[in-house]
Amino acid sequence: MLIKRPSDILPSEITERKIYLGRRQFLQSMPGAVAAALAPGLFATPTFAAEKLPISRKSPFSTTEQATPHKEVTTYNNFYEFGTDKSDPAQAAKTLITRPWTVSIEGEVKRPKVYGVEELLRLAPLEERIYRLRCVEGWSMVIPWLGFSLSEIIHRAEPTGSAKYVEFVSLHDPRQMPGQRSGVLGWPYVEGLRLDEAMHPLTLLAFGLYGEVLPQQNGAPLRLVVPWKYGFKSAKSIVKIRLVEKPPVSAWIRAAPGEYGFFSNVNPAVDHPRWSQARERRIGEFLKRPTLPFNGYGDQVARLYAGMDLKKFF
Amino acid sequence: MKLLPVLRVSAFLACLIPLARLLWLGFHDGLGANPIEFITRSTGTWTLTFLLATLAITPLRRLSGWPWPIRLRRMLGLFAFFYACLHFTTYIWLDQFFDLSGIYRDILKRPFITIGFSSFLLLIPLAATSTQAMMRRLGGRNWQRLHRLVYLVAIGGVVHYWWLVKKDVTQPAIYAAVLALLLGYRLWFHFFSSSPLFFRKR
Repeated sequence: MLIKRPSDILPSEITERKIYLGRRQFLQSMPGAVAAALAPGLFATPTFAAEKLPISRKSPFSTTEQATPHKEVTTYNNFYEFGTDKSDPAQAAKTLITRPWTVSIEGEVKRPKVYGVEELLRLAPLEERIYRLRCVEGWSMVIPWLGFSLSEIIHRAEPTGSAKYVEFVSLHDPRQMPGQRSGVLGWPYVEGLRLDEAMHPLTLLAFGLYGEVLPQQNGAPLRLVVPWKYGFKSAKSIVKIRLVEKPPVSAWIRAAPGEYGFFSNVNPAVDHPRWSQARERRIGEFLKRPTLPFNGYGDQVARLYAGMDLKKFF
Repeated sequence: MKLLPVLRVSAFLACLIPLARLLWLGFHDGLGANPIEFITRSTGTWTLTFLLATLAITPLRRLSGWPWPIRLRRMLGLFAFFYACLHFTTYIWLDQFFDLSGIYRDILKRPFITIGFSSFLLLIPLAATSTQAMMRRLGGRNWQRLHRLVYLVAIGGVVHYWWLVKKDVTQPAIYAAVLALLLGYRLWFHFFSSSPLFFRKR
């Protein structure tokens, strides 16, 4: 089999960023270090400079497409906990405290457990996965995530026979998340996957992007990335992973049941009731490009939906 | 008194600020990650703002008794049309890139585009008959009757915005509230116009 591998784009990008960021880190760490020396208790959370994460390996699942620049990835975000404008989270999410942070895996499992995020980071080797991200609003990005398959944590918890779905619950804390003071969505943010979707190797538990810990506005300290589904399925700032018997009712289904389905697979043939999903604007590009079924991951995931009417189960 | 020309020139320049801002941001990498969406939103909301400003003239004149606001009304209305044209051009060109079948389907199938497009079409005759000559040709009464279409246009514009947002209707609700106030005032005035409470009609 011929596996085409165009010249690597990524390493050069990351090297350049290192140099670029080195300068900022140096500058930023100076007042930080002084302050930390004076008041060590206050600075237990080193949020002033992006922390690097070790990349154990690159993933065969990565696309070779040009990654969307770091600036766009971290300033154009849908994260309603921090406001409904896409430029809001980059500013407002600074209040989110991501360490310490615990995630509990519970429900229909034999071995429920509460993980600290540091422990979770050591659970499996971190892979770099460059995925396409397609937002339900009709734009898309290519993002180099860092994480490991969600299955790593689920199989360790040993789901019982009645575990059919996985529910993801995001942090609910209006003091840290100002957007939660409004009723634009029901809080906390909840999302869900069928167990086989959650166990699919493409389904990523991400801790970082561009080689660094996730910026708060991108769903720190850990988030889901389900690249063949619309972006809102990939819950951010997760505190609870529950295995359940019945399909979870997601925040968006609660908000607008006619517009958002449980599956929400990227599908150019099924329009949003109010706008077309046939094409998308890749951030940074001028012309819209056609949207691919399952966001181009059909070879890997279409079999999960064999025999299902995807117009009905949208 | 030379106040009026000064007022009109400054108003004209002020009305160009939204466009100047867009151009400035465009040349200084300030339109964000999705510039086309930014331009579309900006020209759209400025169209609504100018429509509401146009509709605010009559209440302002009646409540204040000042004669000068009416002299600005045509300019404000034409600027609403100007920003609507920019908005429509952005959609046709930058967003759809002249994909006529896509545009056609959008207009037929997407209620928010149907109503936005219809409102835009209704603005055209108003802009076309905005001159003194056209006013004379139509006759005051007919002209006024035709120009009542602006109520429909403004309602359509607000509904267009309301239907397009994903979930957070705060912004369109603000425009809707202002519009309701401006139209509500007219209804009130229409039914209680004999009231000597405010500056009397004519």
